[in-house]
Amino acid sequence: MRHNNILTIFRKECARFFGDKTLLFTAVIMPGLLIFLVYSLMGKGIKSDLDSRMEQSQQPVAVMVENMPEEISPAFDSLDIQLGRFDTASVFAQVRDKEQNIVYVVFPAEETAETPNIRIFYNSANPASLAAFNDISYRIEAWEDEQCNIFDINADVNECCDLVVEEDKDDELADVLSKLIPMLILMMLFSACMAVAPTSIAGEKERGTIATLLVTPLKRKELAFGKILALSLFTLLSGCSSFLGIMLSLPKMMQMDSAEMDMNIYSAGDIVSILVVILGTVLMMISCVSILSAYAKDVKSSGTLITPFMLVIMGIGISPLLGGGVPEAWYAYLLPFYNSVQCMSAIFARSATVVPVVVTVLSDLIYTLVAVWVLEKMFDSEKIMFSK
Amino acid sequence: MSEILHVEGLSKTFKLSRKQQKIEGTTSSRKVAVDNISFTANRGEIFGLLGPNGAGKTTTLRMLATLIKPDQGDAVVDGASITKEPEEVRAKIGFLTSELKLEDFFTPNYLFDFFSKLHGVEPGTIQARKKALFERFGIDRFAEVKVANLSTGMKQKTSLVVSLVHDPDIIIFDEPTNGLDVLTARTVTDFLQELRGQGKTIVLSTHIFSLVERLCDRVGIIIDGKLTHCDTLDNICAGATLEDRFFEIYKTQKGGAE
Repeated sequence: MRHNNILTIFRKECARFFGDKTLLFTAVIMPGLLIFLVYSLMGKGIKSDLDSRMEQSQQPVAVMVENMPEEISPAFDSLDIQLGRFDTASVFAQVRDKEQNIVYVVFPAEETAETPNIRIFYNSANPASLAAFNDISYRIEAWEDEQCNIFDINADVNECCDLVVEEDKDDELADVLSKLIPMLILMMLFSACMAVAPTSIAGEKERGTIATLLVTPLKRKELAFGKILALSLFTLLSGCSSFLGIMLSLPKMMQMDSAEMDMNIYSAGDIVSILVVILGTVLMMISCVSILSAYAKDVKSSGTLITPFMLVIMGIGISPLLGGGVPEAWYAYLLPFYNSVQCMSAIFARSATVVPVVVTVLSDLIYTLVAVWVLEKMFDSEKIMFSK
Repeated sequence: MSEILHVEGLSKTFKLSRKQQKIEGTTSSRKVAVDNISFTANRGEIFGLLGPNGAGKTTTLRMLATLIKPDQGDAVVDGASITKEPEEVRAKIGFLTSELKLEDFFTPNYLFDFFSKLHGVEPGTIQARKKALFERFGIDRFAEVKVANLSTGMKQKTSLVVSLVHDPDIIIFDEPTNGLDVLTARTVTDFLQELRGQGKTIVLSTHIFSLVERLCDRVGIIIDGKLTHCDTLDNICAGATLEDRFFEIYKTQKGGAE
């Protein structure tokens, strides 16, 4: 194998990719930009919706109360209550009308042997009515607790009784990130693969330019290596763009302050491990997509072939969300793509050890070499390369 | 003249899909495209494969260029076997066919450098050779124009030039003037004669009688995958025109087959 030829193919792919402004924009700039805009807008939308519901829930509510015992009245202090007997049908109609902020509280008229049941009628579609229902329920429960107070909890101390150490506070963020980020990374990388690989391989078949390469003394293996290395670079660039888009928009999306999204909880070792795992994943992913793309007759049919593979990858991507924690057995990290997701999940959860990272990266490299061998055989197959 | 190409018992059979069987009007699931073909070509001669469409000319040339593998037989190109040393064969030949396309995105200048590097041409030689070939074909004015924006003739000339970056001793052309306007076709045929003058061997396929008469030193007539005749033009024609002689052979072959 001649490294010069691999480099020549690599450079040609780079010249094609970086020289084509449309391809560069759609594959590298647009994913990050779109993710940032969409997530930011979604975050803005969610915030606006929450603010609106909060504002509505703070509107004054008319509390219509029947048969209220005198002793419970302090619990209703500061509420706009109307005592009396009401026409049930008429009050129900008013409560059902979500434009009216009304709650209807009915205390039992007579004492019974059973626990007295207080009925609170409200409209869950009206945030103010719903908030008033929660408030009144809490007030009555609190009043009830006061009547038979046996213990208080942390009532006589001024200092905080939560003995959590600062470091462990970060676990909450790490836990969220360990479930979300591996899935997002895998999906972003796959989208990037889809954007670059079919054009480079199925596209060359479709345009008839692959045959021009195949009549040169270039070895098929050199062609496979050159293409996979170049496509991996483009995928990483595209993935970086998407990652930046996500990291910049995630605080907005999750309604968090940027201080709460402090990524300093990860050490340099964690970052290096993540990058190495991502590199191994990209190499393997590009190799698999390249094989499917080489098998396809044209770019369109390569999309059809890659779609089921994408569904499998997405399924694997959500595995950290299913719970159960990361696998402990080292051989679980031999499973392609699953190993990357679980490894990244463990790193983001700050519970990764060296063995899973090493097993994941080594196995990914071995799978990539196998895939290069398959791709080499495919480039050498007249049935695959020249099928009409 | 010394032998540079030796083809021995080359055969190729293709599997036909049902759709292809319908198009071909056959019930057989296999088609013998090339049937036990043997011929030789010498240094400094133009050897033509003449035959109708679908006779097996292109398949033969594609096997010689190692794009497809023969089912049987072998060919030795300047000492390298197409079955055992395909990379060496590809380094020794220049192959041009209409199915080989150039990336629309690149310029002739870039493509010349790119293919030169793949052929291992020395950097110092690349520029001199590029200058000579670009000037010869008038590509120099369009050297920095993307292939997508070139005329069909200029694209064909660029393809021709790119296939010769490494100055090969044996050049294989499938239908070299197909789809070209008369001026470009003339440029190409003149160049082929020039190459012969330089001692290069050219193997070409065509169905154009005038092209064979004007260019070829020896001719192989190929019908239904079989090489029926292989000799000098004079010996094959035996006083008749090539066209008359070809149809005579064709009728005999078809009659025999029927």
